[in-house]
Amino acid sequence: MSDLPANETRFLADAEALAREIPDGASIGLPPDYSPVAMAVVRALVRRGARDLKLIGVPVLGLCADILIGAGCVREVETSAVTLGEAGLAPRFTEAAEKKRIKIIDATCPMIHTGLQATEKGVPFMPLRGVLGADLVAHHPDWKTIDNPYAKGDPLLLAKAIVPDVALFHARWADEAGNVWVGRRRELATIAHASRACYVSYEELKSGDMLEDELLAPGCISSVYVTAVAQAPRGAWPLGVPGAYGIDDAHLMHYARLAKTAAGFQQYLDEFVLKTVAA
Amino acid sequence: MSYAKEELLAVTIARLIGDARHVAVGAASPIPATSAFLLKQKNSSLRISLLQKRSGNPFTEGSRELFDLAGQGRIDVFFLGGAQIDGEANINLVEAEGKRFPGSFGSAYMYFAAGKTILFREEHSARVLVKKVDYVSAPGWSPLEVQRRGGPAALLTGKALFQWQKEKRRFLLQSVHPGSSAEDVRANTGFDYDAPASVPMTAAPTSEELALIRGPVARVIAENYPEFARRVWGAALAVLRPA
Repeated sequence: MSDLPANETRFLADAEALAREIPDGASIGLPPDYSPVAMAVVRALVRRGARDLKLIGVPVLGLCADILIGAGCVREVETSAVTLGEAGLAPRFTEAAEKKRIKIIDATCPMIHTGLQATEKGVPFMPLRGVLGADLVAHHPDWKTIDNPYAKGDPLLLAKAIVPDVALFHARWADEAGNVWVGRRRELATIAHASRACYVSYEELKSGDMLEDELLAPGCISSVYVTAVAQAPRGAWPLGVPGAYGIDDAHLMHYARLAKTAAGFQQYLDEFVLKTVAA
Repeated sequence: MSYAKEELLAVTIARLIGDARHVAVGAASPIPATSAFLLKQKNSSLRISLLQKRSGNPFTEGSRELFDLAGQGRIDVFFLGGAQIDGEANINLVEAEGKRFPGSFGSAYMYFAAGKTILFREEHSARVLVKKVDYVSAPGWSPLEVQRRGGPAALLTGKALFQWQKEKRRFLLQSVHPGSSAEDVRANTGFDYDAPASVPMTAAPTSEELALIRGPVARVIAENYPEFARRVWGAALAVLRPA
């Protein structure tokens, strides 16, 4: 029998409780800023002093990675990019990279997706075209080239199966059966399917079982993949939840300005992360 | 008729896109987006996929769908830039001279899989246009045995338009924009390239193109790139969109 969890989703008290479930040293699959990020749990991870995390950007990372890196929670990052989008470079990531304080494995978006899809299928790797000749290939520890076994003289790149210890993201709804609804943000489903444990904060609880509803079911991730959930209203803030609330652009610009210096970043942590303790 | 630099760049890119069926435009690309919507005014069947569009979204399978579409050959034109771009059309989005940039995104894949890629970087300096990139995020060309659907078609900067010569693996200076000159371009380009004896000026936007850009196109762009629209068409948009 596999040791992957496939039993009942646990309902935890709050974001702090979710953060306590994620051990130091864990590898965490995280979505980009345009997909719902469990920011309340990220702040709780900083408050609990998480250490040695490995962040996996699916396929890129933004604010959550910059905060975790700045707060000293991160050992390693594998991602196709770290960016604050319209707010510019991610300043704590940039400084940590330039001063070589963290290990960075540079990837490219479809190789991350493909590595997770291999894990979804339970196979050790999946092939992809393109990318060959990029320095990314030479520097990546897990990518190999093979010749197409069906047509000789056709080199292909292999993405080794990526198995995050933890999937962490935010959802619009959870239901009483432990399913979560993410709508069209299916990269969240890919992370959930491929990870050994999956923690989800959510906006609102729906009664019943969303999988019984033909309209809601296609946007759901089944509870079979979900280890534990906890309610966190506006838990993606200052990022958004599509259809519910948008990205707080002014706050993101404020962060980008402050985080340019270590002192400014500490001021941000004091004001928006360390003082805020969930009720 | 006077026009903004952004409008010249947008119509130039529109001419490069040509008769594509499906153009995908990235998040930080308001000028290519302007080009695509200008073309859509003339060809309503053109499909434009704005990536990371804030409300609505062309995809239902998450962020991998763009790459799956491209892998099948369903994306005709894509746009890439670079912290550095070299004379062999290699691009670098990772690091140069001790400075770290965000990362390669999907470039290493899209450069192969999209039907053609238009390289676009407004800054035209020897710092950006280098002899050899410090890090290859995505290569400009591939050895014969590597199957590759697409690659660079052209490089557009704030000073000039270069055409990519696939067989020679070299750029050819095609035109310079008003305000620049062949000498200015040569002085500010770190790589070597071919150039005709007499380099023409980049064709200016027509009054018809400008009317479309400042009317229906500006309104679409303002929804998705509000800062850019305010900067370029601020006053005009205020007239078009009374409170």
